[in-house]
Amino acid sequence: MDQQGLRDIEYRCIQEEQPACQAACPLHVDVRKFMGQVRSGDFSGARKTLDRTLPLPTVLGRVCDHPCQTHCVRVPIDAALAMGSLERAVISATGPAAKPLSMPGKGKRAAVMGGDVSALTTAWDLGKKGYAVDVYFPGDAPGGHLRELSPDTLPPAALAAEIEIMGRMNVTFRPGQTLDAALLDTLCADYDGVYVEAVSAPALGLSKADADALTLALAGREGVYCGGFAAPGEPLSIISLAGDGRRAAVSLDRHLAGVSVTASREREGACPTRLFTNTAGVIPLPAVAPADAAAGFAPEEAKAEAARCLDCQCLECVKACTYLARYKGYPRVYARQIYNNLSIVQGARSYNQMINSCTLCGQCEELCPSGFSMPDLILSARRDMVSRGKMPLWAHEFALEDMAFSLSDAFRLMRAAPGETTCSHLFFPGCQLGGDPAASVPAVYAHLRAGLPGGVGLGLACCGAPAFWAGRQDLAEAAMAAFRVDWEALGQPRVIAACASCQATFARMAPDIPVVSLWRVLLDEAGLPAPAGQLPDGPVAIHDACTGRHDAAGLAAVREILAKLGLTVEELPASGKLASCCGFGGLQANAHPELAAATIARRVAESPRDFVATCSMCRDRLAGAGKRTFHLLDLLFPSKAADPARPDPGFSYRHEARVRLKRAVLETVWNDPLPPETPPAVRLVIPEAVRAVLETRHVLDSDLARVVAYAEATGRKFTDAETGRHLAGLAGARVTYWALYEMQGGVAHIHAGYSHRMNVTGVDRQEA
Amino acid sequence: MNDTPTYLPESGDWSCAACGEKLTPAPIGVTYLQGGFTITLMTCPKCGLSLVPEHLAVGKMFEVEQLLEDK
Repeated sequence: MDQQGLRDIEYRCIQEEQPACQAACPLHVDVRKFMGQVRSGDFSGARKTLDRTLPLPTVLGRVCDHPCQTHCVRVPIDAALAMGSLERAVISATGPAAKPLSMPGKGKRAAVMGGDVSALTTAWDLGKKGYAVDVYFPGDAPGGHLRELSPDTLPPAALAAEIEIMGRMNVTFRPGQTLDAALLDTLCADYDGVYVEAVSAPALGLSKADADALTLALAGREGVYCGGFAAPGEPLSIISLAGDGRRAAVSLDRHLAGVSVTASREREGACPTRLFTNTAGVIPLPAVAPADAAAGFAPEEAKAEAARCLDCQCLECVKACTYLARYKGYPRVYARQIYNNLSIVQGARSYNQMINSCTLCGQCEELCPSGFSMPDLILSARRDMVSRGKMPLWAHEFALEDMAFSLSDAFRLMRAAPGETTCSHLFFPGCQLGGDPAASVPAVYAHLRAGLPGGVGLGLACCGAPAFWAGRQDLAEAAMAAFRVDWEALGQPRVIAACASCQATFARMAPDIPVVSLWRVLLDEAGLPAPAGQLPDGPVAIHDACTGRHDAAGLAAVREILAKLGLTVEELPASGKLASCCGFGGLQANAHPELAAATIARRVAESPRDFVATCSMCRDRLAGAGKRTFHLLDLLFPSKAADPARPDPGFSYRHEARVRLKRAVLETVWNDPLPPETPPAVRLVIPEAVRAVLETRHVLDSDLARVVAYAEATGRKFTDAETGRHLAGLAGARVTYWALYEMQGGVAHIHAGYSHRMNVTGVDRQEA
Repeated sequence: MNDTPTYLPESGDWSCAACGEKLTPAPIGVTYLQGGFTITLMTCPKCGLSLVPEHLAVGKMFEVEQLLEDK
């Protein structure tokens, strides 16, 4: 990602776009902030917000014709926020004007022809910037149209006070002038830059066409800018005049400083905004009417009116995603942080965890009005880190080892049906379903074989999704290449995927391999199995797999199957295309277990109903969070073991279940003579409480068995005289495991297990 | 004088099973990625086998591993 790439990505996130009111204001008053301040009663803060943007704030704050109001997001709901009246209330409540801070003198002089609002704005802005400004105007006092307003609207003293302040900002007023071509010639000769206010100088006969729309540069005259045109037949907008004055002041400042007058000015003046504000669920609230209309809002009335402000933000993705909310920003901010993190040459990469904690589920992209994709951003960052050797091991190593296990001979199996060498269909349950000790893979396989013509093979393996998530494209491609070899040999069967992640992985990595969801096949081709077992009484809620959000046919099939089973479904708020991740996606649970727990807890809280999941990992994580959750196969192929309250089996049992599944199908389907089961290095007894800790530490039974077997064979262990327990450590290729245990009748009773990656010289190392 | 950080087991009266010796604190080299430290661990004075206590492995060591991996 280069700077331009970063800007392209940042542009996609619209959260920093101005709210509609601020965008519609020619001066871009921060109306949203102002409303927040008024709402909380901070009138002096609100006044500062006005002072920061408005020229002659005590004047403009009273007389602004508030074009923001017609753009207020509340207009279609009830009524616009009364910004004009609130400005007046704040100005009235906060007293006389204060002189703004001016910059030191710049030694350049500018002339302003005219005394109306745009001329005063230009003079105000340039005076603040440190230029000496002379204002030439007809008559004896400046103000133009402002002087025609009723004293109730604009007390003459308010205008006089601002004029007096301008005098202290190095602005000199020169009354009684005739604003004609001769004066313009003189000013052009005597000053470094000139502003001509068209409405004050009718003798010059200037029209909008004479001035450049972007800079207000007057055609044919260097350093002269012209604005403040009165559109014939249209009411004069004071704030639009001020907008012209500001635009001219920016041009003059740049002209006088000798820099580009045209660069980066697209956002000046009233402009469109891309900010999206979700108004679903907004309760209509009538506008507050001041008790005394002539006096305007009393402070309490102003607070009540400002409290109607919706504080327009987008944050559509952040509101829905635990991960995006966790880091206190939004995608635009995250893109910048990620870019900076990737650019660090030396020092701590403090956003590594943020980069590795996204579930890559893509819900944000579905919710974003402009299609911002965190997965695209995060995946490219992870790949970048991998390619430069900067991916920390803590992020994904355990998950990649789990994937390697599922691709090893312990689990991997690719076979056509018994007695056949090729097949038309290949049932691919995936590594997680294959690792569910209660899963009905053999029953599903038998059902598919009975119901589908052309032969059905069985594929036990990992699709490579974890490697894809980890940014390890090399491993993901290797897994798919290995699959492809077997798939070709099996006669290029259609893959029937039970897992949405596998299905999405095939579609992404091997678009030529036909793949369909198991649910579609059961519904359309093989038929549902005969009803058996007890179905839940009440309605259920479907937890869709986030990786299947784009498989409309698969999502529909799940609902049709549940309907055929006679179950009532209550949809979760985030379902189907908008499904929320369980926290396993993108390896969030691996890189940030605590955040993944928050992700799943939020999902669980969405409904009191029993859930039905279509992904084994989702089910296990939901169950682990205390949610009764059926796998859809539990309902279709029920068994005693398939209890919706069964806990997450955990990593070690999942490994064991995969090994058992492979042995079971080899034995029962293919009648293969089985090699004797490899006995474990040593038998372990692990209490549940200890096992739960081992799970969070990613310590497997097999790791502990290896340590204990080594310690018992060599005597290389410590013994505690107080308890008789042994403690032994053994370093493997990258990780050192420790087991605290006692031996009873040849069985190791485990009291604790832990690991570290650091190499400690006094610890034994396993021979390679 | 040994002034390296010391990490002893939180409980127990530990001895080396192979040598039968009581463990004593000793300076031990620890390395990871580009980092190298010396810390004090309970060690068998005869064979040099060292004991990494649980609180060290899941606490400070884990923390430093992550820091070094994020460098």
